[in-house]
Amino acid sequence: MERFTVKAIRNMLAEKQISAAEVFDLYSSRIADHDRSFNAFITTDIEPDVAYIADHNRQSSSSGSELKGIPYAAKDIFCTQGIRTTCGSRMLENFIPPYDATVVRKLKQQGAVLLGKTNMDEFAMGSSNETSYFGPVNNPWDIERTPGGSSGGSAAAVAAGLAPIALGTDTGGSIRQPAAFTGITGLKPTYGRCSRYGMVAFASSLDQAGILALSAEDTAIFLEFMAGFDPLDSTSVEESVPQYSQYLEENIKGKVIGLPKEFFDGSLASPYEALVAASIDSYKKLGVVFKEISLPNIGYSVPTYYVVAPAECSSNLARYDGVRFGYRSENIEDLDQFYRTNRQIGFGQEVKRRIITGTYVLSAGYYDAYYLKAQKVRQLINQDFERAFESVDIILGPTTQTAAFKLGEKVDDPVSMYMNDIYTISSNLAGLPAISHPIGFFEGLPYGLQLIAPHFKELDLLNLTHQYQKETDWHQIMPKISMSKESNN
Amino acid sequence: MHWETVIGLEIHVQLACDSKIFSSASTAYGKEQNTQASLIDLGYPGVLPVLNKEAVMMAIKFGLAVDAEIAETSIFARKNYFYPDLPKGYQISQYELPIVSNGQLFITLDNGTEKRIGITRAHLEEDAGKSIHDKFSDASAIDLNRAGTPLLEIVSEPELSSAKEAILYMQKIHQLVRYLKISDGNMQEGSFRCDANVSLKPKDNNELGTRAEIKNINSFRFIESAINFEVDRQKEILEQGDSVAQETRLYDSDLKETRSMRTKEEANDYRYFPDPDLLPVKISEGIIEKIASSLPELFDQKVDRYVSTLSIKGVDAIEIAKNIELAEYFEDALNTYNGNPQLLANWMLTEVMAILNKDKIGIANLSITAQSISQLTQRIDDGTISSTIAKNIFNQLVESNMSVDELIKDQGLEQISDTNEIEQIILTVLNENQEQKDQYLAGKEQVLGFLIGKVMQKTQGKANPKLVNDLMVKVLSNN
Repeated sequence: MERFTVKAIRNMLAEKQISAAEVFDLYSSRIADHDRSFNAFITTDIEPDVAYIADHNRQSSSSGSELKGIPYAAKDIFCTQGIRTTCGSRMLENFIPPYDATVVRKLKQQGAVLLGKTNMDEFAMGSSNETSYFGPVNNPWDIERTPGGSSGGSAAAVAAGLAPIALGTDTGGSIRQPAAFTGITGLKPTYGRCSRYGMVAFASSLDQAGILALSAEDTAIFLEFMAGFDPLDSTSVEESVPQYSQYLEENIKGKVIGLPKEFFDGSLASPYEALVAASIDSYKKLGVVFKEISLPNIGYSVPTYYVVAPAECSSNLARYDGVRFGYRSENIEDLDQFYRTNRQIGFGQEVKRRIITGTYVLSAGYYDAYYLKAQKVRQLINQDFERAFESVDIILGPTTQTAAFKLGEKVDDPVSMYMNDIYTISSNLAGLPAISHPIGFFEGLPYGLQLIAPHFKELDLLNLTHQYQKETDWHQIMPKISMSKESNN
Repeated sequence: MHWETVIGLEIHVQLACDSKIFSSASTAYGKEQNTQASLIDLGYPGVLPVLNKEAVMMAIKFGLAVDAEIAETSIFARKNYFYPDLPKGYQISQYELPIVSNGQLFITLDNGTEKRIGITRAHLEEDAGKSIHDKFSDASAIDLNRAGTPLLEIVSEPELSSAKEAILYMQKIHQLVRYLKISDGNMQEGSFRCDANVSLKPKDNNELGTRAEIKNINSFRFIESAINFEVDRQKEILEQGDSVAQETRLYDSDLKETRSMRTKEEANDYRYFPDPDLLPVKISEGIIEKIASSLPELFDQKVDRYVSTLSIKGVDAIEIAKNIELAEYFEDALNTYNGNPQLLANWMLTEVMAILNKDKIGIANLSITAQSISQLTQRIDDGTISSTIAKNIFNQLVESNMSVDELIKDQGLEQISDTNEIEQIILTVLNENQEQKDQYLAGKEQVLGFLIGKVMQKTQGKANPKLVNDLMVKVLSNN
């Protein structure tokens, strides 16, 4: 089974080696044949109308047809008109949105075809995809391991070749960590770069839509059409969108990469450290200059995040009370009891843990000590990055602490689970764009490298990653998928 | 002991925006349930609020009209609580940084003195939906048409010291928002509602007593009765040596009493925090100046102008200006009118008001145009018709499509001011009423009215009454 990039599919469609319908059918049957091993998808029974329309239109004009016939998967957090959107929760088990999320609408306008909705941690709260009401996702590199979370389904689908590209969301590392765990490329854009309209909210000041793909090139192609100001999202930013894919060949010689000493404090296991060192050497060969920097307040990232994110989630998830949405218990007379029962049954353990934490930190008498203080620390972390970017173009570090861990390993230890995002969380707090790309394997498991850029410098991340991927083939190595049957290949 | 009453009011004003404060849904009142709510008002998963700039402009207008500070940066916050008619589980409001603060308003007390009432703040927020408990026997219904309607909550300092002052303040705010055209102020439809914080303290004691908050009072009459009841209730408690509980109370307009809704212990912890979906509202000096320069003439200025430049009697000027629609109608009529403004004012306050009261309608629904009233009073002023005839024409105007001048001409209603013609009629009347004529000549002057009445009757009221009177006296004295 071969993994095709978006670029390759686009070429095949242009050369008429294959039709859009055939592409759609190819991926549909791959999902049908193989997803039982991974559980990457929650919903797949989607009418492929657009694929056929794309074929039909190809004959006429080609304006705005950049993504015609390109199939993609979307994390089940993006609202899709007429297609169930569960957010990985029992609460929204039967929720069918009457509208499309802005990024979904924009891709649709370009002719991209939705293959299915991918599995995820419930309401994007989790780092292993084990909090999903629809069951955990298995990592294609080792099905006993987690693909990471919360965009675990999207990562597994792309890694296993069940989708050429997928949408994810990243609130604290939910795109980058799964990308690292499954050996693919994952980009979290600048906060405000892509519209949040139609993305079921977890932590509004941190959530950002992004992409999980096989290469920086594919990521650039999709980002061009997803990004941009949306009048429906007041926090999206009116900043022009570059044609990312046109500038990937820019020379990166002389670019300055900062290595924060806090990321290289010796806590990384030596095989991972060796892979990071090797990737730094590759970048040096490309003419990149390295410099040690310091982000003194970065150590407060995780505790800060676990005040801010639960606070916002406790409010964002208040609407799921069974009155209009969500699990609704019958025959309860008392209103408080009705709310309690619905939320007790409708939400899973981790979501409830965070709602309770968030409610606590916003309570009268605790607000100043927790929420307000966390906002101040967030400012300090911001300033750390601002100062660092005065002397470097990019900041580099590991994406994760380890390679993909075993399912069940950390599920009963929330703090150790939370520490998983230690390298990724700070860019969410500061709203910075960051990418994770594969840098090699140890004992059969992939590892990722993280690059962080100043606001709206996604192009630098894609440019560097693309140049690296031209020199290496880590991103092309795919897991061995047990050959059951492959109907269309 | 002598107790002093301390009252602070929180007035909720629905702003007259066409669309909701965070969505493009219509704010129209009285539509079929749940038809005026968009996905945003319904709190659908994934939707986001977008601030309606018109609401911000209206809040600034209000702030400027009460000499308040307009915040350069104000913040929307979430007020979190669960209730079935609150779709998101939180209300978007303003908490720490409201858009308007430190304003003031003057009320005129009965003895004619002006009292300054401080306005602590005014902030923007969204209205909740409505729970309807009497529609079904076994369930409550929810109508979300109102959800997301823009509200301005105006909070006064606790500086009102009686129900009477509270009403004066509320009326002044009501008048102001209508003058500014930022609200229709319709209390029946809930566009203007009030919460009252009431407490008592011993005279000469600076420390405020424990307050009770009376929720959702929607008429001037109710506020008086609610506050008076509450004052009596608290006085009784305090005089027995007990203490008043801090609580939220509900006013029952049928029983004319307040009763406990929830105590301080049961009160919600609203967990306010800045809404991460909305950016801070930044207001530039330029915008404030622009709005300041477009502020309309307000009540006090209008009354002054009526009195000083139009020479209208003070009481009449106040009476007209009280109702902004009437004042605008009056000024509209004045535009095409060259007569004595007082005459026009009299007509506004008598004939026009009579129709409004009789038909229970507003100026907007009046079928007589300002131009017609202008023309009609103009014809009185220039002597073409008498007031009596004018009233007759006025009544016809309600039904007729014809103009005032057309009606006068059509029915030959022009006043008879021809002395010869009137003299002839007088002579005829005197001939026909020899007895009364003799009585008059014998010194019984009261019959003059009877004789004049006969002349008016003969001319169907068209004779100029002053001329009839003068000529009658002249003719009789020549006998």
